[in-house]
Amino acid sequence: MAAPGSLLVVERHARVYRRTWRGSVISTFLNPILYLLAMGLGLGSLVDDGGGTTTLDFDYLTFLAPGLLAAATMMTATGESLYPVMAGMKWYKYYHDALSTPITTRDLVVGHFGWLTFRILFTAVVFTGVMVVFGTISLATAPLVVFPAVLAGLAFAGPVTAYAAQLENETGLSSVFRFVVTPLFLFSGTFFPIDLLPDWIQPIAYVTPLWHGVETTRALALGIETTWAPALHYLVMVVFLVGGAVLADRLYHRRLIV
Amino acid sequence: MTEPLVHAANLTKNFGDFTAVDSVDFVVEPGEVFGFLGPNGAGKSSTMKMIGAVSPVTEGELTVFGLDPVSDGSAIRSRLGVVPQENLLDTELTVFENLFIYGRYFDLPKAVIRDRIDDLLDFAQLEDRRDDLVDPLSGGMKRRLTIARALINQPDLMLLDEPTTGLDPQARHALWDRLYRLKQQGVTLIITTHYMDEAEQLCDRLVIMDKGKIVAEGSPRYLIEEYATRDVVELRFPVGNSVESGSLEDLARRIEKLPDRTLLYTDNADQTLVDLSERALEIESTIVRRSTLEDVFLRLTGRTLVD
Repeated sequence: MAAPGSLLVVERHARVYRRTWRGSVISTFLNPILYLLAMGLGLGSLVDDGGGTTTLDFDYLTFLAPGLLAAATMMTATGESLYPVMAGMKWYKYYHDALSTPITTRDLVVGHFGWLTFRILFTAVVFTGVMVVFGTISLATAPLVVFPAVLAGLAFAGPVTAYAAQLENETGLSSVFRFVVTPLFLFSGTFFPIDLLPDWIQPIAYVTPLWHGVETTRALALGIETTWAPALHYLVMVVFLVGGAVLADRLYHRRLIV
Repeated sequence: MTEPLVHAANLTKNFGDFTAVDSVDFVVEPGEVFGFLGPNGAGKSSTMKMIGAVSPVTEGELTVFGLDPVSDGSAIRSRLGVVPQENLLDTELTVFENLFIYGRYFDLPKAVIRDRIDDLLDFAQLEDRRDDLVDPLSGGMKRRLTIARALINQPDLMLLDEPTTGLDPQARHALWDRLYRLKQQGVTLIITTHYMDEAEQLCDRLVIMDKGKIVAEGSPRYLIEEYATRDVVELRFPVGNSVESGSLEDLARRIEKLPDRTLLYTDNADQTLVDLSERALEIESTIVRRSTLEDVFLRLTGRTLVD
């Protein structure tokens, strides 16, 4: 049976990853441990002593962990949608390479998102496992939070892939982290509920994916209500993913088929 | 009657206002080695990309294996072996992995790919580098690996875009030998080059391109006979002591004055040399050679191939 081209592209990414996995696997395990230790236990003891527990209804570590989980998938998805895409388009041109075979630009796009889903899933599963070890979530609840966390990552992957697909040089890569990822990491409810922020900042969270990912992930982890209706939160993330993927599909074609 | 592998009529490629390929016609028959000879920017690579079904045709007709590159791109590419101008190898992977991943793009079964890789490593003289990373390989090795990779799907037609540009003479000859073997096995090759010796060595038939147009077509021998004389006498004069070409005009059928030398096109070099010696000119060096495609190109365009 013939495999669709997009699966062959996923296979390619997996084979390359088999050579280069070491660095990224270590940080996948290390990041949640470091953050939960420093922010959750360190800063958390201060928050809990200062009465934070009453505002949050949970001890700080428990409150924080699902937010960090959603942020972690955002980081993985963004990084994996910037550098590999730039490498394919420009640095190593493996996209051009694949296009001299029966592979099409759509196969490249679908294959990119397919592989990315695995990568994000891996990040989410590892992070959730660390949460279980830290005791912020029960083993029974843990599988539930993986889905919204992965969707949060994919919601970033969509537009970031489209952005990377039209980038001419690498200076635009770090600005994504500087101007999008880092501010959203700080102002999307990861570390504290956004209603503690001035009113004028809050809309930023509404119109970007991370807050919706944090809300849904945290709600499932802690068994609480989301701020908006859950369906609405999921819809925003799906719109970012699909909109970005459709745009990426066009931009790949425009750039590679000239 | 066998159908031509590639058929182009009024084939045109525009990039914005720039016309890279300007209404060219050509046919490539099965089993032949067909060349596009021309300087950089002549439209050779653009033509190759259209044949390779990765660049849409702006105007005119193009069929490859009788198929339309726009609607049947994947079907065409499944039967092509493409060697691009740059070696697009995955430098973080080994020689074997590069071949394997490329083979998988064609959805070939893994066991088939493994078998073919053994043969291809032998063909590319890279057996002992099988599990080495690609990065440290020499330019010639990388080029041979790129060609081997393009053969993984046992293509009916190979597209080689400047296969030996940037290689040292030894590596070039090794590569020509490999390409010659493919030709003997009946693989159809389309080659672009700006080296006339390469075109003469390899091509059964070629077109000369300049500024997007085909300016001549035929076998290397035909083109030389048609557009050049049998012999060429190359003269170098001492610096600052050049001779008005008008004073040599009666010595040859045609004279070309280049910045560094003067070329006399003649059918009888011996006679021309005798005539020259009677002029008592101050000449630094004299070279007598047979005409080449370079001379044909010079005649047709007034410029040399490699600037």
